Amino acid sequence: MIPAQMSPPGSSSPSPRSPSNRPFLSVSVTDPVKLGNGVQAYISYRVLTKTNFPDYQGPEKIVIRRYSDFVWLRYRLCEKYRGIFIPPLPEKSAVEKFRFTSEFIEMRRQALDVFINRIASHPDLQQSDELRTFLQEDEENMEKVRSQETGIFKKKPSDLMQIFKDVQSKVSDVVLGKEKPVEESTPEYEKLKHYVFELEDHLTEAQKHAFRLVKRHRELGQSLSDFGKAVKLLGACEGDSLGKAFSDLGSKSELLSVKLQKEAHNLLMNFEEPLKDYVRAVQSIKATMADRANAFRQQCELAEATKLKEINLYDESPIAFFMLNGITQNSHVAFTLHSDKLMLIRSDKAPEAEMEYRQLKTESEEATRRFETIVRLMGEEIVRFQEQKTADMGIAFHEFAKGQAKLARDIADAWRTLLPKLEACASSTSN
Amino acid sequence: MMGPEALPGFGSPPPREEMESLVLTDDDDHSFAFRSAMASSALSDGRHPLSAAPASLDSGDPLPSPHTPPAPLLQNPSSPSSSAAFLDPPSYADVIFSPFEGENGQASEHDLPLSLDRDPSSRSDRFLSSGYAKIAVSDPQKEQETTNSLVPGANTYVTYLITTRTKDPDLGGPGEFSVRRRFRDVVTLSDRLAEAYRGFCIPPRPDKNVVESQLMQKQEFVEQRRSALEKYLRRLAAHPVIGKSEELRVFLQAQGKLPLPVTTDVASRMLDGAVRLPKQLFGEAGAGYVAPQEVVQPAKGGRDLLRIFKELKQSVTNDWGGVKPLAVEEDKEFLERKEKMQDLEQQLSTASQQAEALVKAQQDIGETMGELGLAFIKLTKFETEEAVYNSQRIRAADARRIATAAVKASRFYRESNAQTVKHLDTLHEYLGLLLAVHGAFSDRSSALLTVQTLLSDLSSLHMRAEKLETASSKIFGADKARIRKMEELKETIRVTEDAKIVALREYERIKENNRNELERLDRERHDDFLGMLKGFVINQVGYAEKIAEVWEKVAEETSVYARQIA
Repeated sequence: MIPAQMSPPGSSSPSPRSPSNRPFLSVSVTDPVKLGNGVQAYISYRVLTKTNFPDYQGPEKIVIRRYSDFVWLRYRLCEKYRGIFIPPLPEKSAVEKFRFTSEFIEMRRQALDVFINRIASHPDLQQSDELRTFLQEDEENMEKVRSQETGIFKKKPSDLMQIFKDVQSKVSDVVLGKEKPVEESTPEYEKLKHYVFELEDHLTEAQKHAFRLVKRHRELGQSLSDFGKAVKLLGACEGDSLGKAFSDLGSKSELLSVKLQKEAHNLLMNFEEPLKDYVRAVQSIKATMADRANAFRQQCELAEATKLKEINLYDESPIAFFMLNGITQNSHVAFTLHSDKLMLIRSDKAPEAEMEYRQLKTESEEATRRFETIVRLMGEEIVRFQEQKTADMGIAFHEFAKGQAKLARDIADAWRTLLPKLEACASSTSN
Repeated sequence: MMGPEALPGFGSPPPREEMESLVLTDDDDHSFAFRSAMASSALSDGRHPLSAAPASLDSGDPLPSPHTPPAPLLQNPSSPSSSAAFLDPPSYADVIFSPFEGENGQASEHDLPLSLDRDPSSRSDRFLSSGYAKIAVSDPQKEQETTNSLVPGANTYVTYLITTRTKDPDLGGPGEFSVRRRFRDVVTLSDRLAEAYRGFCIPPRPDKNVVESQLMQKQEFVEQRRSALEKYLRRLAAHPVIGKSEELRVFLQAQGKLPLPVTTDVASRMLDGAVRLPKQLFGEAGAGYVAPQEVVQPAKGGRDLLRIFKELKQSVTNDWGGVKPLAVEEDKEFLERKEKMQDLEQQLSTASQQAEALVKAQQDIGETMGELGLAFIKLTKFETEEAVYNSQRIRAADARRIATAAVKASRFYRESNAQTVKHLDTLHEYLGLLLAVHGAFSDRSSALLTVQTLLSDLSSLHMRAEKLETASSKIFGADKARIRKMEELKETIRVTEDAKIVALREYERIKENNRNELERLDRERHDDFLGMLKGFVINQVGYAEKIAEVWEKVAEETSVYARQIA
């Protein structure tokens, strides 16, 4: 569980060191319970919040939430906080739903716990109304809030995910500038774009192999178990000291099989899942990049529209003509150049046109502001992201190494116990 | 196989022999081929684990030193100086280890596992203590049969060069010998041995192949056969009795054409037998019985059709007739042993299969670990090159630790597995040897059948003689024809009696051989299986410790993160 930035989770009361004026927020997602039947079945989770935030019902509150509630939260945050890398959610799997293996449930629970804690430790996101609603509203109100949403949220969560996916698939085109020719192309941002895309490829490959490694552990465990059984039967056939030796070998083999299954699970939860989370995080960055590209495009379009409006407002003049050409090269620059232009107004259409122009200019300024916010936020987020990932992966690597080391030691120890017995087994020539 | 070929190779891997000599048991180079032969037959998917090792060193290893490492970019203070190069290949000295690390936890680098090395009764040592110091099969050559065939390429066959060395004067030594033999010669040798050594557990020869000439083109098949032949000849040599046989010596040493009587094919045998049959049934005196010297061989392989029919009839009577045959298998001990062998065969078969599955699973995990390592190498390289923030560099360094460890572990898995194949192959070997036991048992049954048939023969002959006696006593005066018949009958009885005595003697001899061989088999199996278990366990312990060390180092290096979650 990723601790919230403020204080370690699970502390039941503020530590003596932190006075009540030091704010903390810690959340845990636990106790998955399967509810409903058949196609309607779903899992509900217990979400426990411990906090001293003023507008929270403290010090503790428990609510019951399901996966689609998490989806709602994420969607709302994505809409509101463009530019921030909203933490990713585990995928909604249509197939697994019917099976709901305990492993799947555990993986999902862990991912949801990580998700909510990341939000709770983000300086901006933790202050959001949406988070408070999610953590505090009772279940009835939560449903109302969800259905109050715009038409887009009236759709089922699965549809919502589909929308997300559509956005995702458009991201590459938009961000890489395939759809529209208008794109941001500073060398720095280009580098970042390519970094993100290539990073996703590398991580996906690593994650794929990690998953396969989990499977291999399970397979080895299985074959050790089968081998153990066969060897024991062989021992029964042979009899005497050799038979006993076989039997002992078989038992050890079966014992190690169990250890391998355990390590497989450990590997899955503490190495493979963090890697998968990393991949999802990168995908979240891509979504933000799509937002940025959209914002950039909007800004450009509005700037151009404003420019044209401005031109139309005034008599054609050599200056206007010159400026018109200037627009297509660099709207932004052209805009600032025009900011204190002489205004020659045509008397009859003046007020209406003037109002339209003002409106457009305001929108254009809005769009620019939005874009610049995203750029600024992204800059900060990238730094946070890199640091967070180094910490996350550091832990994952450590757990991986620890797990493998322990497994190998256990294997060595188990087999080693057999050696004195084997030595003691009389060779026929020494009889 | 491992990883993408995109990464530059390892450089020249050490020559195979050198690598082999560094692994666990330090046998002579002649047993290297022995081991690789076993290995190739063990894996059902056809992959040769020992060849997999050097080959994948080429393609699968991560960046070696030729690749310029971006050392100046690494500013991570916590990474040790060894991070300058991307990956140092572990020295092969690391492969030799002592399984018992002792209290100080230091693995001594150069001790060989003592017990395995000094075990005097392991399979390869049994060969070494045979009369032949060396048997090697090599240099397959295609040759043409010298018939006037219109079809070119017809009647081509492969010959193998067989080189041997012996110090034993009884075996024509001391000296070195070199002969060329074809597979047909091996079949001849095997058949002659089967005749001469009834009741023995004779190692089974490699299979014939019906579509031989077609398959001859494939190099793989020829190589498989070469190694199978070598294995077979060594097993023969290792047999305490057969190893000293003249047949084997002649096969290994006689220049030119193999001076053993050639086995005729079934068709011509039958033809000869069919020619004899009328004579046997209707013909001259003395043609209706089986000569005593023939009873030392089973009826089945021979040309005596009448005898074959009689014995067949007898075996049917044994199975279906209500009357108990005049001689039965009485040896309780033998019957118990036989049952035990059957049981053993079944369990051995299952264990052998599971051993193969285990080997495959170990191979897979090693491979996937290697691929994971490579993926992280690529990630590390990427992050290092693209690094803008220091956190990236730190992460790249961490990833590299994992990558290095994963690749090392992968290598250890592979090496360990090559050994495991060798050890667990003993199970497979004994499955083959149990075939030889079948042979010994069937020698015994066919000898018993011969005895039973002769006893039945005798009994019916006596009855005929009695009838003749009673008939002739009722008639006054000697009937010349009847007297002659009586004489003939008495003669037949006499010869058949002799044959019966010889057959009984042969049966007893075979029973004795059976007994000795089973005892020898039990003893050898006990030792071989023990050796297998020891070798397997030592190998597992050693490599698990090596792998543990690798990961413990990384866990230590990344322990700073552990304190964060504590």
